[in-house]
Amino acid sequence: MSEVYDLLIVGGGPAGLSSAIYGSRSKLKTLVLESKSKMGGQVADYHEMENYPGVVETTAPELVESFEEHAKKFGTEFAKGEVQELELDGFIKTVKTKKGEEYQAKSIVLATGAEPRKLGCEGEAEFKGKGVSYCATCDADFFEDLHVVVVGNGNSAIEEAIYLTKFAAKVTIIVIHEEGKMDAEKLFQERAYANDKIEFVWNSTLKEVKGEGIVETAVLKNVKTGETTELDCDGIFIFIGRVPSTDFLEDTNVQLTEGGYIKADEDMKTTVPGVYAAGDVREKVVRQVVTAAGDGATAAVMAQSYLEAEEHWRDNVLKTDKQVVVAFWNPTQDESLNTLQDIEELGIEADENKKLVKIDTYRNRLITNRYNITKVPTVLIIESGEEVERVENPTEEELAGLLK
Amino acid sequence: MLELNKDNFDNEVLESDGVVVVDFWSESCDPCLELMPEVEKLAEEYGDKAKFAKLNIKGNRRLAMKQQVMGLPSIVFYVDGEKAEHLSGDDLEPADIEATLNELLG
Repeated sequence: MSEVYDLLIVGGGPAGLSSAIYGSRSKLKTLVLESKSKMGGQVADYHEMENYPGVVETTAPELVESFEEHAKKFGTEFAKGEVQELELDGFIKTVKTKKGEEYQAKSIVLATGAEPRKLGCEGEAEFKGKGVSYCATCDADFFEDLHVVVVGNGNSAIEEAIYLTKFAAKVTIIVIHEEGKMDAEKLFQERAYANDKIEFVWNSTLKEVKGEGIVETAVLKNVKTGETTELDCDGIFIFIGRVPSTDFLEDTNVQLTEGGYIKADEDMKTTVPGVYAAGDVREKVVRQVVTAAGDGATAAVMAQSYLEAEEHWRDNVLKTDKQVVVAFWNPTQDESLNTLQDIEELGIEADENKKLVKIDTYRNRLITNRYNITKVPTVLIIESGEEVERVENPTEEELAGLLK
Repeated sequence: MLELNKDNFDNEVLESDGVVVVDFWSESCDPCLELMPEVEKLAEEYGDKAKFAKLNIKGNRRLAMKQQVMGLPSIVFYVDGEKAEHLSGDDLEPADIEATLNELLG
């Protein structure tokens, strides 16, 4: 494997594609690795798309196709493969797929998204493909003029229930909360209430799926009274949230939350340098296409500044035989400007065994944080990659001493 | 792979000897489109031992439901015209299909 990518993005949903647009437009050699042959992630299974800013009339698949086209325009490369293993130690990281392909990259954006959560009730697995479904676009056709049950009350559940009324004769939504209370946003709630084909069962959850070969009965349990009732139906769609796709991160140092989401800060940085998380896979509250796209953009920009800072440091400080004088300064701090000027006037580089490197702490957070620089001006002396001396607020004598 | 419809389904599947593998799919089902090339590969590999066919549920919904298929993707295996196994779900892997096929071929 000779090619090393600057930026490798795992996952081709809105977060990944947005990262790809930003990365490749900034001339990073960018690869998107997607496990499916079609880009889009969860959005590929949606239909309506009403709230992407600036795009008034579109569908979810159309929008995500234009994301892909946009990334291609700037030269993003695409490959198919499901990531199984990551080696994240060191500057060059390795990504291995289930089929054994290997890719190398200097920075990585994890944008693997999430997948539908299973309910885990009796009969759920048995009746998969026989009336129990997690994908309305896949299976709606089967239920023309029939009765379907939708379990869940978040945005997806209510949106999909509304979509299913285009096919089914009747859609019954099973809501675990008390009457009138749903997790979905008000707009979807109002549409559901206004739809003649939709009925609600409150305070309830699905306890069991029964039928002869195909789904015939949903056994519901009232969570308040404990009572069970049977509801005749032809299909059961389950939309009770999602679980993040992060199994492949178990053996890495990328820290996850208890729920399996990736912990990252507002700069999308994970606990591993050069590795970022974006979109639904990241721990956060709002999970929308536009927020995923925002995450992706941030991740790519941060990855780029990481690459610049890391490569500059490696090339100029770590890979040299000379003694390196590193001057940390900040353009908003006058004293550091003066010190910087004093250092430059010393003519350090006249000595062929010495080298001066200037680090703007405002722009180069990576190195500033790595060396715990809390004050400017600070001068570090580095030899063979190791810090040998540190002077904060150096005096003129101390500066002159740098020449010895 | 053989295209099935209501006119040839009985003859090609239910009245056929040996193992028949039917891939139920539709154009609006992304996981189906994902899986199809993999099933086609298996069809090439196992073509002399089993019959491979596909059924687009568009226009054949009743036929699919009669076979108790109400979700996609669905891969249904028949042995001497009798339904022997039904694999389904968007997490269905080609390896699962191959394993079931080998089991039924004995």
